[in-house]
Amino acid sequence: MQATLKPPKARRRPSWSDFQRRYAPYLFISPFFILFFAFGLFPIVFNAFLSFHQWQPGTGLGEMKFVGLRNYTDNLTDPTFWLSLKNTAVLAVLSGLPQHLIAIPLAFAIQGGLRRMQNLVTAVYFLPYITSIVAISVIFFTLFSWQYGVINVVLNALHGLPLIGALFPAEKINWLGEKEYVQSAVAMVVVWRYTGWNMLLYLSGLQAIPRELYEAASVDGATRGQQFRFITLPLLRPIMFIAVTLSLIGGLQLFEEPFILTNGSGGAGQAGLTTVMYMYRTYAAYSDAGVAAAMSWLLFLVIGALTLVNNRAFGRSGLAGRD
Amino acid sequence: MTAAPTRTPRLDTRRIGAYLLIFLGALLTVAPFYFMFVFATHTRTDIFHLPPPAWFGSNLDENYRSLVERVPFWRNLWNSLYLAVLTTGFTLFFCTLAGYAFAMFSFKGREALFGLLLATMLIPGTLNIVPFALIMQALGWIDQPRALWVPGMASAFGIFLMRQYIGSSIPRELVEAARIDGATEFGIFRRVIVPLTGPAMATLGLVTFVQSWNGFLGPLIIFRTAETFTAPLALRSMQGIANTDWGALMCGVALTVVPLLILFALASRQLIEGLTAGATKG
Repeated sequence: MQATLKPPKARRRPSWSDFQRRYAPYLFISPFFILFFAFGLFPIVFNAFLSFHQWQPGTGLGEMKFVGLRNYTDNLTDPTFWLSLKNTAVLAVLSGLPQHLIAIPLAFAIQGGLRRMQNLVTAVYFLPYITSIVAISVIFFTLFSWQYGVINVVLNALHGLPLIGALFPAEKINWLGEKEYVQSAVAMVVVWRYTGWNMLLYLSGLQAIPRELYEAASVDGATRGQQFRFITLPLLRPIMFIAVTLSLIGGLQLFEEPFILTNGSGGAGQAGLTTVMYMYRTYAAYSDAGVAAAMSWLLFLVIGALTLVNNRAFGRSGLAGRD
Repeated sequence: MTAAPTRTPRLDTRRIGAYLLIFLGALLTVAPFYFMFVFATHTRTDIFHLPPPAWFGSNLDENYRSLVERVPFWRNLWNSLYLAVLTTGFTLFFCTLAGYAFAMFSFKGREALFGLLLATMLIPGTLNIVPFALIMQALGWIDQPRALWVPGMASAFGIFLMRQYIGSSIPRELVEAARIDGATEFGIFRRVIVPLTGPAMATLGLVTFVQSWNGFLGPLIIFRTAETFTAPLALRSMQGIANTDWGALMCGVALTVVPLLILFALASRQLIEGLTAGATKG
């Protein structure tokens, strides 16, 4: 008798608890996906559609006119677009590279040298990351002031020092008023803001490296420099990849810092005009939504391409791989 | 014994040099905050004077008066708070709920959906700026805070963080036991999961709050009138005009930053630990 019966589980009518257990997870994850479709995916699709149309916002959707690739060719023949792209690339490197070149040794020094103060020092370095970019940029705007700015005053005072004095300028630098310096000024603010964040990432990476490796290496007679080169750097590579990718993507979308430091203008010679700033200007000031949409896709292509290059570089023989 | 233990503190010159650099760097990191407070107590002419003020002045109340005269600053600060609290509240609720689902249920399409979720983190935000502005215009949400908190109610990063935490710190048996006791799925979430995810929620809550409080591009697109501005927008609007009152502006900057500094002082350890835990697992 027993053998002919199906297992009781399959015969039982699905109960409320089975039902909700089955569908609860979908219900629980649905808010994100609904929001993503409404405010993430749909706008991107719409953005693609828009990039092939000529349209001035405020005139109603009926006024959209299909123009094919013209928005793209308009951008590609616009010298200001290329200038903004060049500025963005220069700024990404100028602000990205120092962040990591400082953050890695800094994390190494804090991890290796500071025991009691570690938490406090980490928190101090992390502080810029949590504060408003706008507020910070406003402060830096005054610090960078040409005649009366603290930065110039300090630099000039350092020029008077013996030995290292020659490293510092004797003249006041017109940071935000001259084409040559705008990008350095913006880059300094970005470095100031994100170095602590990267340091934190590297610190967490360092803490995951087993101490025994260092002990074994020092028994074998490796110097601290060799330990750094042959243990720390290779094992830090995964976290380095994440950190560099984040700075790359962030750096190519730089907006707030140059916007506030140049008062929205792009600065002398437009040297502080980034592509996102130019896109915002094209949309908000020139009311050219289609061209702005096309510009965002062009920037997306650049970001995608560089992210791919970055993946390749770290994939096989990157910075910390074998030479 | 040749190999001395490397951990004994030796005060050689190299170590002192490293300390010096670490503390010099820390000094450079805090300096802008220091000048923010100093400038907030000086007049415009004092700030742009040679040498620039290095110590506190006596113009704070005048700056404050000028600040609230120029912009409805408390209203702006309130707008920032309103936005940040709503965004944070919803994000915590929806992200924990979704993180619970991804960590504790096995359902069809789970891996694919989670992959999709992670992929959304890679989309550069710039692609969204123009259509975001247009959609909010079409919805009539210009000058409405909901234009920012509704899309901000859940984030892929938040769900990722919560899934990692719930998956690694809450035993499945606990959930099973609650099911046998006849608890509903949402009941388990509310009475078992939520009380046990405190640390992760604190991290996610802080991150979300700080991001919302500091947001600029979103509010710049949405808010058009001084009454609806958030604090960063109000600061920006003060900077725009020809004769900027830098003392008043600095006072506003300080008032915008101080709440974050207090929050950070209270929770920095929590925030830093939570963030790095998420980062290493990513």
